[in-house]
Amino acid sequence: MSILAYNGGAIIAMKGKNCVAIAADRRFGIQGQTISCDFQKIFEMGPHLYLGLPGLSTDTQTVMERLRFRLNLYELKENRRIHPKTFSSMISNLLYEKRFGPYFVEPVVAGLDPVTFEPYICNMDLLGCLNVPVDFVVGGTCSEQLYGMCEALYEADLEPNDLFETISQALVNACDRDAMSGWGAIVHVIEKDKVTTRTVKTRMD
Amino acid sequence: MAMLNEYSGRNLPDYEFEAVKKVHFSPYADNGGSVIALAGDDFCIIAGDTRLSSGFSIYTREQQKLFPLSNTTVLGCSGCWCDTLTLTRILSARMQMYKHEHHKEMSTPAAAQMLSTMLYYKRFFPYYVSNMLAGLDENGKGCVYSYDPIGHCERSNYRAGGSAGALLQPLLDNQVGYKNQEGVDPTPLSQERALSIIKDVFISAAERDIYTGDGISIKIITKDGVKNESFSLRKD
Repeated sequence: MSILAYNGGAIIAMKGKNCVAIAADRRFGIQGQTISCDFQKIFEMGPHLYLGLPGLSTDTQTVMERLRFRLNLYELKENRRIHPKTFSSMISNLLYEKRFGPYFVEPVVAGLDPVTFEPYICNMDLLGCLNVPVDFVVGGTCSEQLYGMCEALYEADLEPNDLFETISQALVNACDRDAMSGWGAIVHVIEKDKVTTRTVKTRMD
Repeated sequence: MAMLNEYSGRNLPDYEFEAVKKVHFSPYADNGGSVIALAGDDFCIIAGDTRLSSGFSIYTREQQKLFPLSNTTVLGCSGCWCDTLTLTRILSARMQMYKHEHHKEMSTPAAAQMLSTMLYYKRFFPYYVSNMLAGLDENGKGCVYSYDPIGHCERSNYRAGGSAGALLQPLLDNQVGYKNQEGVDPTPLSQERALSIIKDVFISAAERDIYTGDGISIKIITKDGVKNESFSLRKD
């Protein structure tokens, strides 16, 4: 069994019209055994910048803390907010430094450009290989199910409310077909002047 | 010198010789393919893609994976193609034997049970096939039976199987089973809607699954017989 599938979890990010959404399940488990239902996999890294870290939970937390450290140094030195694109390169660099003993996380970044408020999403593999698509990214143990859902449900240029509905349906239905994901979900919709965070009720089995 | 020769206990040749080699053979292949079946009140639709592949190469773009067993029963297969061929040959032989013994066609639930038994008979050298049986039951209602390779059988109203099964099944849960939807009344599935869902989900699967693509063949089973349809998918 892959160490990436030790704790389970699912994360998804989608682009909309002048907004982005990022969502994750809330399960923390050890293989088949569920430990808690309020585990955080998405982290706020700035007012318009969110980071999701699916994979091995211990690395989720370590990578988040190391990235927050690097991010703080960057923002103190530059005295401005980081661009999501720059931040993604920072993650990519951090992961590639551990090329031969990697962190077992597959990061997902969702955010708005701090200057132009252009939506940005990307994900990468555990070695830091970047992928920047125009529509959506997925990660975690039920990525196959998520791809199936997203390919069918996604439309370009959705308004924030429609984007929320689309991303929630994609996540929840995919998680229901994966034994290692689910047990609640959390969705962030990031717009220019506000971020809406909602927890979604799901089946708990 | 004589002493030295006596002392060396082994007589090794002064050239290299070939060591014993383990020859590897696997009796199974994964030829991919996906099958979907949807059941309605008075019909059943089963669809399979038409790509036959192995690894990164495509054997053919027009391989039928649906096998009509009777006027009201169709079997969809994906997985190891050689096992599919063997299984379907034996199945159709047993369908014919049944017809001659009982002077009637086998019903879909009976065929479903027979398939389960035939698969379990090969419990320790299974047919590596993901099966899906679609048809009408004794009351003329649509039914779908899905199997694992060793004969576990389950009846349902919608099912996706094969290489893109994981991509398609949650979508069917949502769109056909109305799972995780609030405030919608579950209207019975119409033939037109079933057909358009099948086309939509196969288009989605062909985007991400390399073993699914080229086209789909669809069989619509009603009391009047089986109607064929086809639809083309991306060919890359």
